[in-house]
Amino acid sequence: MSGAVLRVNNLQTQFQTRGGVLKAVDGVSFEVGRGRILGLVGESGSGKSVTGYSILGLIEPPGKVAGGEVLLNGKDITRLKGDAMRQVRGAQIAMVFQDPMMTLNPVLKIGTQMIAAVRAHDKVSRKVARSRARDALAKVGIPSPEERLDAYPHQLSGGMRQRVAIAIALLHSPAVIIADEPTTALDVSIQGQILAEVRRLADETGTAFVWVTHDLAVVSSLADDICVMYAGRVVESGPAADVIASPRHPYTAGLLASVPAEHEPGTKLPQVPGSTPSLANLPQGCAFAPRCAKAGPACTTTPPVQHFEDGRTALCHYPIEPVSCQPLSLTSTTYRSAS
Amino acid sequence: MIGFLIQRVLQALMVVIAMSIIVFLGVYAIGNPIDVMIDPASDQALREALIQRYGFDRPLFEQYFIFMNNMLHGDLGESFIYRLPVLNLILSRLPATLELALTAMLIATCLGIPLGLWAGYKPDSLSAKAIMGFSVLGFSVPSFWVGLLLIMVFAVELGWLPSGGRGPTTEVLGMNLSITSLEGWSYILLPAFNLALFKLGLLIRLTRAGTVEVMSSDYVRFARAQGLSEGKVVSLHVLKNISIPIVTVFGLELGSTLAFAVVTETVFNWPGMGKLIIDSITVLDRPVMVAYLILVVFLFVMINLVVDLIYGQLDPRIRVKAAS
Repeated sequence: MSGAVLRVNNLQTQFQTRGGVLKAVDGVSFEVGRGRILGLVGESGSGKSVTGYSILGLIEPPGKVAGGEVLLNGKDITRLKGDAMRQVRGAQIAMVFQDPMMTLNPVLKIGTQMIAAVRAHDKVSRKVARSRARDALAKVGIPSPEERLDAYPHQLSGGMRQRVAIAIALLHSPAVIIADEPTTALDVSIQGQILAEVRRLADETGTAFVWVTHDLAVVSSLADDICVMYAGRVVESGPAADVIASPRHPYTAGLLASVPAEHEPGTKLPQVPGSTPSLANLPQGCAFAPRCAKAGPACTTTPPVQHFEDGRTALCHYPIEPVSCQPLSLTSTTYRSAS
Repeated sequence: MIGFLIQRVLQALMVVIAMSIIVFLGVYAIGNPIDVMIDPASDQALREALIQRYGFDRPLFEQYFIFMNNMLHGDLGESFIYRLPVLNLILSRLPATLELALTAMLIATCLGIPLGLWAGYKPDSLSAKAIMGFSVLGFSVPSFWVGLLLIMVFAVELGWLPSGGRGPTTEVLGMNLSITSLEGWSYILLPAFNLALFKLGLLIRLTRAGTVEVMSSDYVRFARAQGLSEGKVVSLHVLKNISIPIVTVFGLELGSTLAFAVVTETVFNWPGMGKLIIDSITVLDRPVMVAYLILVVFLFVMINLVVDLIYGQLDPRIRVKAAS
């Protein structure tokens, strides 16, 4: 896939703390093509959100991007400073955050916030900016957008607010939108609507999405590709359907097994034992080894990246053998495009 | 909105009535003013006549109702000392205090908010720490001492500014003001700065605290992710969100500055209301004390009413609550 819009190469993000350097993101690589949706999956603390912020250059001290590249249409943006980086944000790479209750300023009208977002990159009159804002609201399926422009955030529901946030992200038709768990705070029914909307937008506008989430069900129904992160590293990647159907990394397999959807009622739900290790105190070698049923003597050394067919990878000494069975579906709905 | 206004005005009225009773009782408790007013050598007949003339022989509640009735007719009594209607006496001193207090608030706001914004925007910088250190001095060093120091440095040593008094005034809209002339400004500058210092420290800390909080909020992060410039983030998102506590403190401080600029007015010999009330207390000039306190209550109530109305303009969520 040389046509990648966004390519992340060996990204390193570190936080300087009193206890030493924390490697929140440790050599993460992935790429997203035009109109594709990449699911970046992991537990809390796996570094998936920090990856999102690092791409946009929004890491604040004491954190910093310590190495690697973020190539946007082939151009490295990690070295951009100040105003040059500001011009990328919102215009070429936009972001949507987790909690729609917090991402809109409660004391400013929706219109005011959207007009500011338009005028951050295009020197147009307020009137033009307002009509563009209205069009963006209509595009994400918000009824009577003109009236919504004069509303305050608290007058809209959570789902509506998240649509507004997505509309703001879409204002400048960015090449990439990074979505940081945008449906986590929403009802399942609203979540479904938003996912369908996002899939449609990716297909129609060609915008690439990096969908950061801990919810495998969401990823399985939405994403084209998956990256599973654990303790700051990508442990498994590949086409979403393949990874879900036949995980190669024990951690992915453990996560999939603990999704309740396919589980037989009345029996105990399997779970991944233990919890995410602290970044300050990572185990030697494979960070997942202490929780892993398949761990062997080799796991005290850093695992190699194993490449498989169809461009799949796993960071493991003892990858699981592929199974050939019915593709597994975690939810009854799928938003993945036919392509 | 109208309902909210009526509710607030009624509340304000209750406060004024309650305060008038407390003030009246309090002043009554400090004793009979006749003993102070007349020559100790004068005879009992003169004493009796005066007591009767001022109505001190009547029951307390009757005195209160007479006082309230007079007040509603705009008559707050006559000063025992100056032999002038109290209202005129206080109002003649009001412009001096008003211009001093407003100038002080202006200095505090124009310096305090930008300094606080900077200190909150770059909380770890050396300049921010210097600003915070200055703010601690601002509200912990006693103002009479700072006043004396200002006089020592700027009036005595450097000789740039006069050491006290009010300077020439011109009449504007029936008020004598000194800020209309350059020379008048030279007189007001030191006392106004002295008075501003405490509020400056307060506003810096308040603005900084709000800025730090807003800067770490999700909506500021979202605004940055949209590519808004830092200037726009501060002017659009930060200023409006921190304005509610600032307006609250501004209102309270404006009230207390108007009412209790006593120390600064004394140090700089500024002929304002503060000096009038101190003089009246020393000579037990009862009508002036009562009228002054009632006026202060009225002032505070009015300022808070305005502050409440501004809240609604600043935060739409408060507006919704008030309407329902």
